[in-house]
Parts: sequence; C-alpha cells; structure tokens
Amino acid sequence: MIAEAGLAALWFAAALALLQLVLAALGVWRSSRFSVRPELVEGHRAAGERPPVAQGASTGSARTAEEGDAAKRVLTDEIMAAVRPVAVVQGLLVLLAMLLLITVFARSDMSVLLVAENSHSDKPMLYKIAGAWGNHEGSMLLWVTILGMAGAAVALLERTLAKPPLIATLGAQAAIALGFYAFLLFASNPFARLDPAPADGNGLNPLLQDPGLAFHPPTLYIGYVGISIAFSFAVGAMITRDVGPAFARAMRPWVLGAWIFLTLGITAGSYWAYYELGWGGWWFWDPVENASLMPWLAATALLHSVTVLATRDGLRAWTLMLAVVAFSMSMIGTFLVRSGILTSVHAFAVDPTRGSFILALLALYIGGAMLLFALRVGTVKQGNGFDFVSREGALIANNLLLTVILGIVLIGTLYPIVAAAFGTQLSVGPPFFDKAAGPVALVLVAVMAAGPLLRWRRDTLAAVFGRMTVPVAATGVVLILLATMSGIALLPMLGLALSAGLAVASVAPLWKRNLRRTPLFTYGMVVAHLGIAVSLAGMACDTAFTQATLVAARVGEPQHVGPFTVTLDGIKPVIGPNWSALEARLSARRGEDGAVFYLRPQSRYFANPVTVTSESAIATRWDGQLYTVLGEPDGTGRWQLRLWWKPFVTLIWFGGALIAIGGALSLLGRLARGRRAALREAYA
Amino acid sequence: MRWLALWLLVLAGPALADSKQPPAPLANVQLKDPAQEAKAQALMLTLRCVVCQGQSIADSNAEMAGDMRSLVRTRIAAGESPETIRAWLVARYGDYVSYDPPLSAVTAPLWITPLVLLALGAWLARASFKKRRRV
Amino acid sequence: MKRLLIWVPFLAVVAVFAVIGWGLYKPADRTVHSALVGQPLPKFNLPPIVPGKPGLATTAFATGKPRLLNVFASWCIPCIAEAPKLLALKQAGVEIDAVAIRDTPAAIADFLARNGDPYAAIGDDKVSAVQLALGSSGVPETFVIGGDGRIVLQHVGDIRDEDVPGLIAAVRNAR
Repeated sequence: MIAEAGLAALWFAAALALLQLVLAALGVWRSSRFSVRPELVEGHRAAGERPPVAQGASTGSARTAEEGDAAKRVLTDEIMAAVRPVAVVQGLLVLLAMLLLITVFARSDMSVLLVAENSHSDKPMLYKIAGAWGNHEGSMLLWVTILGMAGAAVALLERTLAKPPLIATLGAQAAIALGFYAFLLFASNPFARLDPAPADGNGLNPLLQDPGLAFHPPTLYIGYVGISIAFSFAVGAMITRDVGPAFARAMRPWVLGAWIFLTLGITAGSYWAYYELGWGGWWFWDPVENASLMPWLAATALLHSVTVLATRDGLRAWTLMLAVVAFSMSMIGTFLVRSGILTSVHAFAVDPTRGSFILALLALYIGGAMLLFALRVGTVKQGNGFDFVSREGALIANNLLLTVILGIVLIGTLYPIVAAAFGTQLSVGPPFFDKAAGPVALVLVAVMAAGPLLRWRRDTLAAVFGRMTVPVAATGVVLILLATMSGIALLPMLGLALSAGLAVASVAPLWKRNLRRTPLFTYGMVVAHLGIAVSLAGMACDTAFTQATLVAARVGEPQHVGPFTVTLDGIKPVIGPNWSALEARLSARRGEDGAVFYLRPQSRYFANPVTVTSESAIATRWDGQLYTVLGEPDGTGRWQLRLWWKPFVTLIWFGGALIAIGGALSLLGRLARGRRAALREAYA
Repeated sequence: MRWLALWLLVLAGPALADSKQPPAPLANVQLKDPAQEAKAQALMLTLRCVVCQGQSIADSNAEMAGDMRSLVRTRIAAGESPETIRAWLVARYGDYVSYDPPLSAVTAPLWITPLVLLALGAWLARASFKKRRRV
Repeated sequence: MKRLLIWVPFLAVVAVFAVIGWGLYKPADRTVHSALVGQPLPKFNLPPIVPGKPGLATTAFATGKPRLLNVFASWCIPCIAEAPKLLALKQAGVEIDAVAIRDTPAAIADFLARNGDPYAAIGDDKVSAVQLALGSSGVPETFVIGGDGRIVLQHVGDIRDEDVPGLIAAVRNAR
C-alpha cells in the first residue's frame, strides 16, 4: 500500500501543480486587465492608497462601473490568493511521495520494481535509504520533489515581491513542475510493482555504496533544481514586465541559497570521486560533471548580476538571460545524463524514448523562455549606464568570461555528437578543456581580484593600479619563486601565482575598514573570493607537485613516496556487511624520525552485483595527503601498491567549502539587512 | 579454520570476464627515470581507454588500459616522443582514442568557438557602456 | 543590430537542440572500430601458445590466399558461442589463424578441446601487443586479411549465424 500511496501523492501533487498554473495564469491575466494597481507601478505607493478616481465622476453609472471594477479586483485577488496555499500543499505532497519511496527502500520491499532492481536486503540501512535516489526514477523523483518544495518555499517565505510577479513566478514554477510530473508519471514511474516479487534484489552498484551517495545527490539537487526559482522569477518578471531593483532584491536570496548548495554538491562530488575511484583524480571533464558545472557557472554570473540590478538598476537583460540560462543548463544536464547520448561513467542506463520525452519538455521550457526573452526584453526599460572602468564594467567582464567558459564547456561536451554527425568518432577531454577554458579562467581570476576594488559607476585605471599594487606584487613574487623551480608546467604556475594575488586582493576590501561595522555580505564576498583562491592554489599544487610511486611491493620492503617511507606489513581478509575484502596494512613514517602510522587500503569484492572496488586509505596532514591504494597480486608474492603524496590537495575542497561559507555569510547578511529594513518600515 | 574459510570466501571471488592474468610489465610500475615517467603520465592522461565508459588509461582498472599503459611506458623508455605514440594509437583506433581533438576541418568549429565567444562577448559588452562625452 | 542580437540566445538554443536531437535520434555507433581497415597488416611475430600449433607472424598472411584472423581468449564467453561458426567457416574452406589474448597454454588447450579447433596457427599475445597494433578493442573480433596482406574487413564481436555468409563472401572477394 505504501507504494500506491506514494503514487497517489504524486498524482495529487501533479493535479495541484495544474491547478496552481491555471490559477496563477488566470490571476496574472486578470490583474493586468482589470486594474492598474499601485503595486504595479515602479515607484511604490504605500499599500492601501486608492487609485485616482476620474475627475468629477460621481454619477450613478460611474459608481456602478467602479463597483463592478472593484468586484473584478476582489475576484482577481481571491484567485491570486489561492495560489500560495496550493503551491505549499503541492510541495508537501511531493515530499510525501519521496518519503514513501524512501520507506519502501528502507523496508526492502521487493515487490516494488525499483527496489528489486537497485537494492538488496543485505545492504546497510544508510545505503538502502540513499539508494532510493541512486537510480534514474528515484533521482528523478528527488528532482521533482525539490522543484515542488522550492515552489512551496517561495510561496511561504517570499514577502517582498509584489503580487502579480510573485504569482507569475509561482505559475512558471508550476508549469515546469507539470512537465516533469508528467514525465515521472507516464515514463518513469518509481512506484511500479513487480509481480511475482523476487526473493531479493540486484543490489546497488558498489561504487555508490558510500556516504557520498547520502550527501552528494541531495545537496547537488537542491542547488541544481533550486535554481529553477531564478528561472521562474525571470519568467514571471518578463510576463508582468516588472524587471527592476525590487525584482532583483527578491530573487537574490533564492539564487544565493541554490548556489551555495550547488557549490557544496559539486565540491562533495569531486571529493567523493577522488577517494572512491582510486587514482587520485578530482575532475575529469566528464559529461555529467560538466552538466553540473554549467549551471554553477551561470548561477555564479547570475548572483553577481542580480546585485548590480538590485543596487544600481543595471544589467537587466543580462540578469534575465542568466536566470533563464542557469536553469536551462540544469535541465539540459538532467537530459544529458539520462538520455544515453553521451558516454560517461556517471550516466544512468535509460532508454532513448525517455530521452525524447525530456527533450520535448526542454524544447518547450527553454525555447519558450528564450522566445519570451526575445519578445519582452526590448520593452524592458534600460537601466543606468556606466563607464568601462568601473565595478559594473568588471561585473560585465565577469559575466562575459563566465559565459564564455560555459560556452566552451557546452560545446566541448556536445562536440562528439557533432563529429559523429560528420562521420568521425572523436573524444573531447581534459586537453581541450584545459587549453580552451584554462586561460579564460585565469583572466577571470585577475578580474575577480580587481573587481571588488573598483568603484561603482566610474573609476580610473590609475587608481585601480594603485590599489592593486600589493596583490600584483604577491603574484609576481610567487611567479618568480616558481619559475626558479624546474618541472612546473605553465598553467599550474600561473594558477598558483594568480591565486596568491587573488587571496591578497580578496581580503583587500577589508583594509582600512571598521571591521565591526562592515556588513556581513561584504565578509561573504571576501570569504567566497578567498575560497576561489584557495581552491585554485590546491588545484595548481596537485597538478604541479604530486609525487607518485607505483610499485609491485613485497611484504617488508620499504617504498618511498615524497617525504614518506611506506612498508607493506601484510595482507589479511576482512568481511563487511555485504562485501569481503583483502586489506593491506601499511606502516608509514615521515622522514627518518616521524611517528609510525598505519593505513589500511582494501580491495573489496561484492556479491550483488558482482564487482571489485578498491577502497583507498588516505592520511591527511596539514600540508597534503598520503593516498594509498591496494591493487592486484602479480602471482610472485608481490602486491601492486599505488602511493601518492599530494601536497595541499585538500585546499581544493577546503576552498570549495569556503566559497559556500562565503555565500552563506552573504545570504545571512542580506536577509538580516532586509529584516532590519522591514522592521524600520514597520515602526516608521 | 575461520581464517581458512575467510580466505576461501575471498579468493573464491566473483567470476569476472577478465583474463585473471598478471598485468603487463609496465602497466602498474613506473619508469625509473622521473622525467620519462612524467612524460608517460602526461600522455596517459590524454589517451582514452577503449573498453571503458569514458576514462583515460591513467584512471582505469581495466586490463586493456593496463596494457596500453605498459605500451606507452615501454615506448617512452625506448625514446619515442609522446606525439609519435599518440599518432600510432590514432592510426589504429581513430581520433576516438585521443582526448585531445586534432585540428582538422571537422574540429575547426570546436577550436574556434572560444575565440568567437570572446569576440562576441566583447562586442556585447561595448553596448552596455555609457558613452562618455568629453566636455 | 541590437534587435538581431536579442535573438542570438534563441538561435543558440535551437542549435543546441539540433545537436542533442541528432544525438538522440541518430545515435552514434559506440563500437570502437579499427582504423586500419584497408591498410596492410602490421608487422608482428608471436610465439606459439600450445604445443603442436605454430605461432603466428605477419608473413603467414601475404601468401596470395585470403585468411581470417580471429582475436580470442579462453576466458571470453562469447568466444565459446562463436566457436561453432568458426568451425563452419573452416568447413567452407576458409583458413583461420588466431591470436590468443592474455592466455595460458593449459586454458587454450582446454578451450580447443571443448569447443573445437578451427585454427591453423595460434599466436600468444600476453600483453595485448598485437591486439593494440591491430586496433582491436576487445574479444572476440575477426579480421578478413586479403591475399596481399591488407586488412579487408573487421568484424567486431562474436560471429553469429547470419554473419557467416557475409564473411565467406568477403573472403572470396578479397584478393
């Protein structure tokens, strides 16, 4: 019954989404037709002030017309007022459906097809639950759940936006949800039954049986799908022609919130791949990784653009376009991962008919939004202008460079299909992306360093160079130091030097400021930019300074990697809940007189499904990680060992966490300021 | 006795469609010369494993990937340049095996796109800037 | 110009969808084919793997008579399925040589005893060297080598009943 209840909840949620869309559409249409309400005019008047009555009109017919108009307005208000509760209930219902799916997984109910195909009763409870979203249907349900809950959150929490654009936003959100509900209900039903139920299931791919599965997809999806709010806001604003600072101020916290989760999700995914796959790589330009990076790039550009719109009333078209592009990239990414058109270790096994469904949805939503953009953006009043050398100018450069990187990643990811159309099979991988996007990213880092030090509206190059002397000096010093060391490639060298400059420059806005009176969101900017510098430093260090020792080791024979001496003490079998493994005990010491510590990498054998995975053993120190992997025996008593010393590699993910923390500080700062402003207004 | 049972359980292992033969000599062992090993490693990161779902031979556990790594290291040790080895593999598997797409008529749009995007972007940016009148 | 620029995103979306749609409706062939079809067979010289059967070298091929080169292994399950088809080809007069990938004498002898032996020679390729030299990406694969030592055709995967006539024809037509 639980599965059927889940399916019923899903159907109800879909029905409510339809209702939400209809009500919102009706409400917005009526509100634009039957009144020119004060709230629609850009210079707000206080609520409650009545619109001007026609001069000298107090005849009977005018009064009736006025009463008729009032009645129409009341009905419009009631229709619009109904949208928010419907959105909230829709969100709750789809959440219920997700929880019920998790329940059938937790109970290992093999009569549900999805559980039989992807789960096994021997699995630890954590992976039974997390396995609910470790497959196509389940993760699609998670996708739609977050979409619904995002709409519910906007309905519950959004107070600053005027009614018509807010209702239009909820309507757009419902429109998107409706398509994906249809996809779930008609093409990817997670609650389908299997009769007769098998004794046990096929099990979850062992590579996914890791705490990362519990953390990475939900976090990533909250970001990835949460950015749909920005899309809906943009569509709502374009429909009601309300694109101004108010719109930007309302949208900003939602963009920040989604972006924080997206940053965390990508960082977590990178670290998970790093320790799980056993070769020490943390980014492969894999199509699915690119699919998560592209919305992040657009969302980063968006969150900068939205601040310009909120504070300076500039970059209107850019903000709208970026909001649409960000979620479009999310949807395209969702499609790419599930359609089977690209080869990837991450891709779900899905059949092409499902791909067609999503493609049609995408064409509808993205094409529709872009069409709306083309038709409406011309009528949106152009914001204020500004100089080339100014903070707005730097932010435009930021938008452009991020968009260029996005374009490069997009075309690199899709190009194998284009080439196949021309008859050749080719692969596009790290060499292309590093060569094409790397230099652009480095230029972006330089702009990021200078940007916060520029004045709004207009500034002079001389003044900027003056403020940049210390960061530039830092870059120069590091560059010279590295150039004297041999064997470092150009890109990591530049990366490390620029990260030093960026680190100094990102803290620069705090110099000569009263730190206690600096707004929280300024700290947010500082921390986030510092996070980028830290992450970049980590990436450059890993690329330039990693040392590897790959060896067939005998028991007792010391191996050397970096400053460490590692000895294989022995191999013993180990049994886990649903696996058996060969575990190596490695004793390691740093230098001649470091304390001995032990690492236990494993080679694990799973029975369902039959797979061998290697579990790396990592020792983290302040200046890097010792990464060890046990391989196969070579038949002569030697065991293959892969040992890496990766200096400062943890900075990559530490930087990612800093970026997210910076975003959180910004969000808190904005919310706090918004609350103080609201309180001031209330008591004024 | 318990240990024996454990060992048997472990070694009875799964029936993989694998040769279970030892890996090729230089599949998982580095070259003695660090400079050569660095060259080999750099090359391996850009060669695609032809039996995997999108991994380089440097990142793959597949046997064939190991054989390809051994081939790369053997040839680098023998003094061949990375480009020669890449060309040899491309002659056999097509451009598919190289993650670095060549410069050709088919890939021209790919390589030109970054430049076109930058130019387009710069042009768009000019439209946003206020024209300052010098009084 | 600004008016035209506003349509650029829409056109970009259309282009992306064209590519994605193409990928969906005309899916690329995921099999990795050898790029050496039409080229001469690469030079190699493999030692024998089982006693009584000679090893395999390139010189065995440019004899004027087309031959089949079968890339197989005893641990390869589809190779068992294709063994009868290879025997049928041998019956039809086609000469077949083999390269055994990453295998042992005992396992090959066992495989031949169980599944039949259509091979004139079997070369021992312990580290997939010849497999890589041929542009082969797995087992089983079968190459039709012309009498002049050129690779005429590559058949990826096991040989099914419906493939046999085509292979016979290819061998007959190859010069």
